[in-house]
Amino acid sequence: MNDNSVTIKDPVLSIRNLCVSYDKGKYAVDNVSADIKRNAVTAIMGPSGCGKSTMLRAINRMHELYENIETKGNLILNGKDITDMPTIQLRRKVGMVFQRPNPFPTMSIYDNVIAGYKLNGIRLKKSERDDIVERSLSDVTLWEEVKDTLHKKGSFLSGGQQQRLCIARALAFDPEVILLDEPTSALDPVATSKIEDLLVKLKENYSILMVTHNMSQAARISDYSMFMYLGELVEYGKTKDMFTRPKDRRTEEYLTGKFG
Amino acid sequence: MSSSANLMVDNLGRRTLKDKFYKVLVVVLSIVTISPIVLIIYELIVKGYRQISFDFILKTPPDTFEAMTALSSGELIPGGIANGLTGTLLMVVLASVIAIPVGVITGIYLYENPGKFLANLTRNVSDVLQGVPSIVLGLIAYMWIVKPITNGFSALAGSVSLSIMMLPMIVRSTEETLKMIPQTIKEAALALGVPYYKVILRVLIPTSFSGLLTGILLGISRVLGETAPLMLTALGSTMINLDITKPTSAVPLLIWEFYNDPNMVDLIWSSSLLLMAMVLALNLISKRIAARTK
Repeated sequence: MNDNSVTIKDPVLSIRNLCVSYDKGKYAVDNVSADIKRNAVTAIMGPSGCGKSTMLRAINRMHELYENIETKGNLILNGKDITDMPTIQLRRKVGMVFQRPNPFPTMSIYDNVIAGYKLNGIRLKKSERDDIVERSLSDVTLWEEVKDTLHKKGSFLSGGQQQRLCIARALAFDPEVILLDEPTSALDPVATSKIEDLLVKLKENYSILMVTHNMSQAARISDYSMFMYLGELVEYGKTKDMFTRPKDRRTEEYLTGKFG
Repeated sequence: MSSSANLMVDNLGRRTLKDKFYKVLVVVLSIVTISPIVLIIYELIVKGYRQISFDFILKTPPDTFEAMTALSSGELIPGGIANGLTGTLLMVVLASVIAIPVGVITGIYLYENPGKFLANLTRNVSDVLQGVPSIVLGLIAYMWIVKPITNGFSALAGSVSLSIMMLPMIVRSTEETLKMIPQTIKEAALALGVPYYKVILRVLIPTSFSGLLTGILLGISRVLGETAPLMLTALGSTMINLDITKPTSAVPLLIWEFYNDPNMVDLIWSSSLLLMAMVLALNLISKRIAARTK
């Protein structure tokens, strides 16, 4: 039932029979399999509680923090199963950006960008650090705005700037996949459109998997779309195809606003 | 129609009256609440300010004969409370050194394991500890430290009793402050692959630092004026003592001693004024820190 309607060659990430349950026997993500395309934006859509965030968080094993959550299935990142990787290595390869901008309030903008290195005790030369900070901030088009205030606290920035800072923090590790969990739902329209432009630009170098509540956002910026409902991957395909000719009745009803 | 209109007007009049009554009541009760502190400070300043000088901070108290001579010739009582100030400082610092690490670590444990049996037990026990009369803590420190360890009254014993008093405050304030940090900050660090203990040490504690500091300062200001446990542990001393195994004075102990000596009774006001100022300063500082970070 969860057959992919698309075949993707050389996927960056393969999800195989992924099941996540919060309560024993009740699956928030129910046997999902999908391949994620390299250097593209893939959107995960669906009504609240359909398991889209849960699935995203399974990809960098955030669920391991909570004892009651059980994850089954395989996640293969560039040919390697992530369940065997040390979490530090995995999370360097899979960056994550959250719903609300969450820069570290005690750190400066500069330190926030290299927080991954700093907090993991990875020593870098000053020139290397400067390079990473400038490259990451330029990637998220924040460099020009903050280059004179790098040593001020990140929490002084506007919401949209903070979210771009958080994306820069994820990019600093030069990850293979970036996971975004409704990255614009706490932002105003102007900041949202900046982030959207940014994601379209970033896919040249990164593979992006994004959860979104916003159908028009998925339509605007994603190349591939998934539609999830009650933990099940209902439909997966090219965004253009899914929006113009949905195959499943539930997808069609969701896209036309009948529920969700 | 006219009757119902009248009724409304009637009602309105009564409600306005009620409203006025409650407004006056609230103002009066507010004044009643703040007046004790204002009166206390006023009284202490009026009766104590004449004694306050550099000598008062730098010298030890006179003996009762010197005080009597000064009194009979109408002069100010010479000397000061230097032994009490150094003793209080010594014991409070030592108590903090004991209570802060234990309290903060326990608080972190409670925050991390909210539902666990041991955590719930610890939380409840710590609440009970907060209600234990301070004289009982003095007795306990007497049994634990004075008799077996220092073989006599000592600053160490005083510090231990004070640290037990501080502990529950620090535990609870640590837990409550950590709870206020958004979960997303923690997840941001974990999503960068940071090991759990480093998330606590390098992200959670720095983020909640001002909250922790507020709790600690309030804990200190709480024990600064404690007298009862010190009577059974530190006992008091007429000299400046910095040896933690020896009897030591403290400002509240001195106040008690002055009270019992008719010749020195005048010194209680200035000593109380100084103690009150220290407690008030700590309270204001912690309020400041708390307000700045909100």
